[in-house]
Amino acid sequence: MNQTVSCVECDAELNVPADAMENELISCPDCGVELEILSLNPLTIDLAPEVEEDWGE
Amino acid sequence: MQIAILVTHIRAEEKLLLTAFAEAGIEPDVILDRDINIDLVAGPDQQAPSGRAWSAYDVVLERCVSTSRGLYLLAILNRWGIRTINSYETAAICSDKLQTTLALSTAGVNQPETRVAFTPESAMGAIERVGYPAVLKPTTGSWGRLLARVNDSDSAEAIIEHRQTLGDYNHHTYYVQSYVNKPGRDIRAFVIGGRTICAIYRSSEHWITNTARGGSASNCPITPDLDDICQRAAAAVGGGILAIDVLEDSNGELLINEINHTMEFRNSSAPTGVDIAAEVVRYALAQAEVVA
Ligand SMILES: Nc1ncnc2c1ncn2[C@@H]1O[C@H](COP(=O)(O)OP(=O)(O)O)[C@@H](O)[C@H]1O
Ligand SMILES: [Mg+2]
Ligand SMILES: [Zn+2]
Repeated sequence: MNQTVSCVECDAELNVPADAMENELISCPDCGVELEILSLNPLTIDLAPEVEEDWGE
Repeated sequence: MQIAILVTHIRAEEKLLLTAFAEAGIEPDVILDRDINIDLVAGPDQQAPSGRAWSAYDVVLERCVSTSRGLYLLAILNRWGIRTINSYETAAICSDKLQTTLALSTAGVNQPETRVAFTPESAMGAIERVGYPAVLKPTTGSWGRLLARVNDSDSAEAIIEHRQTLGDYNHHTYYVQSYVNKPGRDIRAFVIGGRTICAIYRSSEHWITNTARGGSASNCPITPDLDDICQRAAAAVGGGILAIDVLEDSNGELLINEINHTMEFRNSSAPTGVDIAAEVVRYALAQAEVVA
């Protein structure tokens, strides 16, 4: 079942798909900010960590 | 069979991998690098954040977006005799463009002319030696960040001064390459266990073609030449699961640009028709079986 949660940046309502996972990154369709799902039950999100210089492939 | 995946967080790739593992009937433990708190003096029988002993894992798949965390974790696990994908040795070479250049050179694999210098004066000399345009890159880094195409001595001076003044010591290693006049694209080939499973062209108006920077992906046929150079490049860095950046020069010759050890592939299965996540899982399971 899809759940909804408010974007911590712009307050837009976000649809979190049924197959969402803990620690998954999602982006807000309204403001584009990257968010991380911290917990599924209860559904909690926060801003994803900032990209660091050593991040990549 | 026990498998763990080390992650910084779950991106599209990790989600695809977990789905592919589930289809193979395996549920790996997902271990977040932020939860790591390892006793370096004790051994592999200590508990991982999953609650299992590290020594219980037949194979650990390292998928950290944080290169430094991934590298240290591979070093620890390999020291403990735990099999990882990729190996620490391979990751250490691939995460450092200078080490990659050396490994390719030793193996006789074709690559752009590349020099290193450590001071502004000698960096200027290195740039003049490879000629304009030259490319300056950090030896560690990804997603096309902080690359510079240097077209003349004025811009060379400016970039060197900026790096010297604003950068930390990492940016005082001047890795200088000749610019390869490629045809508006480069090639990203995926090599798993010595097999070139598929490749994409990354096309862009910009000379930096990373998909993270807006390059668009389309299927690239695996010619015998491409397969050959990719296999030799993969072997040169110790093999495993690798994504190889290949440049075509103006004569159509292939040159290896760099090799990535924690590849992104979310945009590459659709154009190639190859289920990359399934291929990764098949390889991981084969590696785990060797141990189990
Ligand atoms: N010497 C070069 N000549 C031409 N293009 C280059 C050269 N080096 C890098 N590029 C372009 O820049 C992109 C990123 O460079 P790369 O060395 O792969 O760094 P990163 O680790 O950031 O991906 C390449 O995919 C290619 O499009
Ligand atoms: Mg690259
Ligand atoms: Zn938002």
